[in-house]
Amino acid sequence: MAAVDAAAAAPSLDALLSAQTVWRAGRAPATAAGGEPTGHAALDALLPQGGWPRRALTELLLPADGVGELSLLLPTLARMTQADRMVAVVAPPYLPYAPAWQAAGVDLRYLEIIDADARGALWAFEQCLRSAACGAVLGWPLHADARALRRLQVAADSGDCLGFAFRDRKHAANPSPAALRLEHAEGAWHVRKCRGGNVPARTFHLSERTVGATEVATFPAPSRSRLPSLLRHREVAVAVACAGVP
Amino acid sequence: MLWACIHLPQLALDAVLRRTPDPDRPLALVSGPAHLRRLHEVNGSAARAGLKPGMRLSAAHALLPDVILAEHDPAAESRCQRLLAAWAYRHSSQVSAQWPGAIVLEARASFRLFGPWPRFEARLREELDGLGFTHRIALAPTPRAARVFAGLRDGFAVTSAAAMHEALARVPVRRAALPDRDGAGDAGERLHRMGVRTLGALRALPRDGLRRRFGRELLDHLDRLHGELDDPLDCYLPPDHFDARIELGYEVESHQALLFPLRRLVGDLAAYLSVRDGGVQRFVLRLEHEQDHTDVAVGLLAAERAPATLFELTRSRLEQAAIPKPVVAVRLLARELPPFVPPSRDLFDSRPVQALPWPQLRERLRARLGDAAVWRIAPADDPRPERAWRRADAGDDAPCVQPAPRRPPRPAWLLEKPVPLRDRHPSIVAGPERLESGWWDGDDARRDYYVIETAQGQRAWAFAPVGEQGSWMLHGWFA
Repeated sequence: MAAVDAAAAAPSLDALLSAQTVWRAGRAPATAAGGEPTGHAALDALLPQGGWPRRALTELLLPADGVGELSLLLPTLARMTQADRMVAVVAPPYLPYAPAWQAAGVDLRYLEIIDADARGALWAFEQCLRSAACGAVLGWPLHADARALRRLQVAADSGDCLGFAFRDRKHAANPSPAALRLEHAEGAWHVRKCRGGNVPARTFHLSERTVGATEVATFPAPSRSRLPSLLRHREVAVAVACAGVP
Repeated sequence: MLWACIHLPQLALDAVLRRTPDPDRPLALVSGPAHLRRLHEVNGSAARAGLKPGMRLSAAHALLPDVILAEHDPAAESRCQRLLAAWAYRHSSQVSAQWPGAIVLEARASFRLFGPWPRFEARLREELDGLGFTHRIALAPTPRAARVFAGLRDGFAVTSAAAMHEALARVPVRRAALPDRDGAGDAGERLHRMGVRTLGALRALPRDGLRRRFGRELLDHLDRLHGELDDPLDCYLPPDHFDARIELGYEVESHQALLFPLRRLVGDLAAYLSVRDGGVQRFVLRLEHEQDHTDVAVGLLAAERAPATLFELTRSRLEQAAIPKPVVAVRLLARELPPFVPPSRDLFDSRPVQALPWPQLRERLRARLGDAAVWRIAPADDPRPERAWRRADAGDDAPCVQPAPRRPPRPAWLLEKPVPLRDRHPSIVAGPERLESGWWDGDDARRDYYVIETAQGQRAWAFAPVGEQGSWMLHGWFA
């Protein structure tokens, strides 16, 4: 009787597998590689697609601003802008400081900043993602709910665009439709979710922050380097003033 | 040459109908002095209810109480004719609107571009339907003959002179648009009463006698009709600005109700632009109130002319604008019409279907978020951090590519205004970097900059007064 049952059940299992509706543990995912390289070899090795997932939203969960979230992205942004692809920054919390972004290799001609209030920012974020005009879009959907994130994810997919959503770490506990979630904790980046593979147990340390120890060593002592030139200005000013006296 | 005539039998009515959302409701144009109001024209559904032109207003109300009435405006008629002349100008280089209620255009030269006459005609009809004008079209070797045929039979086309003569011979004199001689009444009507019923019969009469009775104009008209005399037309020349106005006829206080006339206006503008092969970069949507008006300025960074894009942009600008008083008319004014450069796209472009090029996306964002909402950053020469960058305009690439002077590492985030750093035990990573600058413009800065790591692992860029530590002012994040 049991054998009959098994025989009846066998084709339906095959059908299920061939329809690819069942995920089989232990089988390597088919979507290996094909990601956008992050510019950090260690992080690329960690991610199942060998980089940022294309056509998808990536969520960066931060304990606070200024923990190295931009250093993580700048190599990607630099490569994109140098390849004439537009990068949009939607309603950033601070001013993107031009000298630093330029020093990181970003071609500022292809970097667009968009000012908006909270609601406008979410709309602009989605528009930029959906338009396919941008290679990458950075946004800060602070109060976005799961539905809004879902929209962003769909927009990134239809616009063939990398979306980076910066959010507070407290959202890590909530589920998210983003294809990749990275959380910053204790000075390292933890992968919390990655589509197309198992979550790696290892973490990623960003070795080269914008201010590295080597650079610090070459800091000049209290700088007076502009003083001579200032003096020169002053002399000129005095000379002009004298020339004005009859 | 072959001339197509587009006869517009109810231009004044169409001018009103095309801006009403529901053209099938009974509508009548009214004219005449206040105590003697009469119907001037009626639309199809009103005519079915028994309304006729010339009927007294009270009689019309008795027949059909809910008929919509609009004032007959002869100026609107000529405005529409000018608009149609502009529209026809994109199908032919020789267009004339010299006869009221008709547009004449030379068609043969356009066959190479638009295909043979049946296809060309279908295209004209389709576009006229889209613009909302009732029309009759005929084709003939002379413009006057085309006009006569258009009045007689819609869709009549004759291409050879012999066939045209044959057809003209059968035209009744009353329908041949014969010229009036001052005070003598309609020549066609008089000839008809004399027993001369067709143009063929008229042509058979001796010319001398005709000249004595009807004057030279009649003979000239006949010769021009048959192509035996040159027929100089007043050709249409497109104006170099666009100005269109729609009177609403009722007071509007919501944005929603303005969208329909707006779509018409923008559609007319786009038709006009494509005729000129130009684009528009700046225009004003003027909402006219009883006394004054409100202007909604629409400025684009690059010339555009696609109707859908223009409508969407104007719509979002309009929705941002407040309507302080009821609107009675909408006017669209475009004075700057720069040449339009269509974007070039790769033949094998594999971008998604709903892809929007960046310039259009930028306009969409600016339209909703404000003109200054989309900007770029560029480095500047000043050593003071708050002045070491500046905003760059959209069209100006030069400041963005100019390299910043070499300086110690700078943070990727800059605070617009320095704020006190709230951290109990900051540790200094690097510094100080002294900055003394700005005595020349009164904004003197003397600061020691440090890189500081906070307890949370953030790298801050903070400064303290020269020679001191503590009381940190946060100025940026090394993110």
